[in-house]
Amino acid sequence: MGKRTPLYDMHVAAGAQMVDFGGWDMPLNYGSQIEEHHQVRRDAGMFDVSHMTIVDIHGEQVRSFLRKLLANDVDRLKQTGKALYSCMLNEEGHVLDDLIVYYMHDNGFRLVVNSATREKDLAWMAMQAMAFDLTIKERDDLTMIAVQGPNARSKAQQALGERGQGLDEIGVFYIQEVDAELAVARTGYTGEDGYEIMLPVAQASSLWAALLEAGVRPCGLGARDTLRLEAGMNLYGADMDESVTPLESGLGWTVAWEPQDRHFIGRQALEKQRDNGVENKLVGLVLQERGVLRNHQKVIVEGLPAGEITSGSFSPTLGKAIAFARIRAGEADKCKVEIRGRQLTADIIRPPFVRNGKACI
Amino acid sequence: MSNVPQELRYTKTHEWISLNDDGTVTVGITDHAQHLLGDLVFVELPDVGGTFSEGDDCAVVESVKAASDSYCPLDGEIVEHNEALSDTPELINQDPYGDGWIFKLRPDDAGAYDTLMDADAYSELIAEEG
Repeated sequence: MGKRTPLYDMHVAAGAQMVDFGGWDMPLNYGSQIEEHHQVRRDAGMFDVSHMTIVDIHGEQVRSFLRKLLANDVDRLKQTGKALYSCMLNEEGHVLDDLIVYYMHDNGFRLVVNSATREKDLAWMAMQAMAFDLTIKERDDLTMIAVQGPNARSKAQQALGERGQGLDEIGVFYIQEVDAELAVARTGYTGEDGYEIMLPVAQASSLWAALLEAGVRPCGLGARDTLRLEAGMNLYGADMDESVTPLESGLGWTVAWEPQDRHFIGRQALEKQRDNGVENKLVGLVLQERGVLRNHQKVIVEGLPAGEITSGSFSPTLGKAIAFARIRAGEADKCKVEIRGRQLTADIIRPPFVRNGKACI
Repeated sequence: MSNVPQELRYTKTHEWISLNDDGTVTVGITDHAQHLLGDLVFVELPDVGGTFSEGDDCAVVESVKAASDSYCPLDGEIVEHNEALSDTPELINQDPYGDGWIFKLRPDDAGAYDTLMDADAYSELIAEEG
C-alpha cells in the first residue's frame, strides 16, 4: 500500500482508478481521462495535488540564499505574492528539480517542488543553507488542490464562500494569503486559468466536497499529463533530469543570466555550455499520420544523429498525437518517428500546442 | 465489475471470440481489457487476407495511456476488419462486444473454437488478476 492523501477516500468513493505514483496511491482517472481533459479546457476540473511538497523558507538571508539556489532570480519578485518558475541545478548545471517559488512576505518564501524528488530536494536545500541564517520547514500539515479551467475561478470562489471573497484581485502568477491557514495561488499545470489552493489537511475533504457541489469535476493524473503536455509544460523525470541542463530542455528562458555577478549554483557550467553551443534542444512534435507518440521513441532528422521522445501522448484537444522530443539543434521542421518499425512523419514545432482552450498550431 | 457474456469464448490475453454461422469467428477485446486500457485513441488493424497463428500479435490497440498488442486466438486467415475503428476507436470503450469488434477470422480448423476458454473460466482468471 502506498501513501495516501487526505482525499484518498473521496477518490475511491468516486470510482477512481488508483495507481502508484512515486509511492503515492493517486487517481489516474474517474472513468474517462479524455472527458476530464475536455472538462478542464471547457469548464472546470480539480486535481488532488497533495502529494507535491510545500516548503516554507524564512529568515533575513532567504533572498540571498534563493538567489544562489535557483537558476531563475527571485529578485525579479518585487511585489508580495508574486510567483516565479525556476530550475534548481547542481554544480554541473544539471536539473535537480523544477519548482515554483512564491514571495509570501518579507523574509518568507514558499517553494512547491515535485513529490518524486522530495528527499533529494530537502537534503540539497539543507546542505546549501548551512552558510545562511534561515529556517527551512516542510509543510506536510498542508494539502493542495488545483482547480483549473475557464470557469475554475468563479466556481472555486463559490466553493470557498466567505473566504473566497476578494480572490478576484489575485493577478496571474500571484498568491494570496487569505487567512492564517488558507493560501490561494493563480498558478497551475494545465495552460488554463485557475487556482492552486493550499490549506490544512483537516480541511481538504470539506473543500473538495464544496467544489463538487459547485460543479467542479474531479480529474486524475492522466488528464493532468495530457493537459500539461498540450500547454507545453515540462515534466521532471521525463523531459529533464540530472543528465541535462535547462538549455537542452526548452527552459533557457528560466535562466536569469543578468546580473552577471549573481553566482547561482550551476552558472559556470551553463555559461560554458552556452558559449560552446548547445548541442541538443527540446522541441514539440505533431504526428501527421495516425498513431500515438510515446516516450523513448526514436526521432530521425535527415543527416543528424537520432533524437528521442521525452513525453509523448495523444492530444484530446487537437485529435492528434503530440510529443516533446530532444533532438540535435538545427533548423529542420520535419522529422520521422519510428513506431513499431515504421517511420511516420511529424512536424517539428515550438510548444505550446494549446493555450486557454485554443490550438496554437 | 466487468461484463463477461456467457455465450462468448475468451483468451488469457483478454480477447473475446464469437462463432458466426458461416464458420468464421469475430474477435475483439473484453470489457475488462478496455477498462484497464482506458480511453482508446488508435487501433492498428490486421490486413484482410493476412494469415496468423494462434498467439501471434495481429492488432494494436492504443489508449492515451499505453499501446497494447492484441493476439490472434486461433490459426487462420483474416477475412474482415472493423474499418469504423480507424475513425472511432472509442467504439471499443463504448461497446466492446458489439460495435467495437476488431476483426473476423476464418479458422484453419473448424473445431478449434470449442477448445477456447469459456466465460466461467475467464471470469475466474480476471478475478485472480484482481
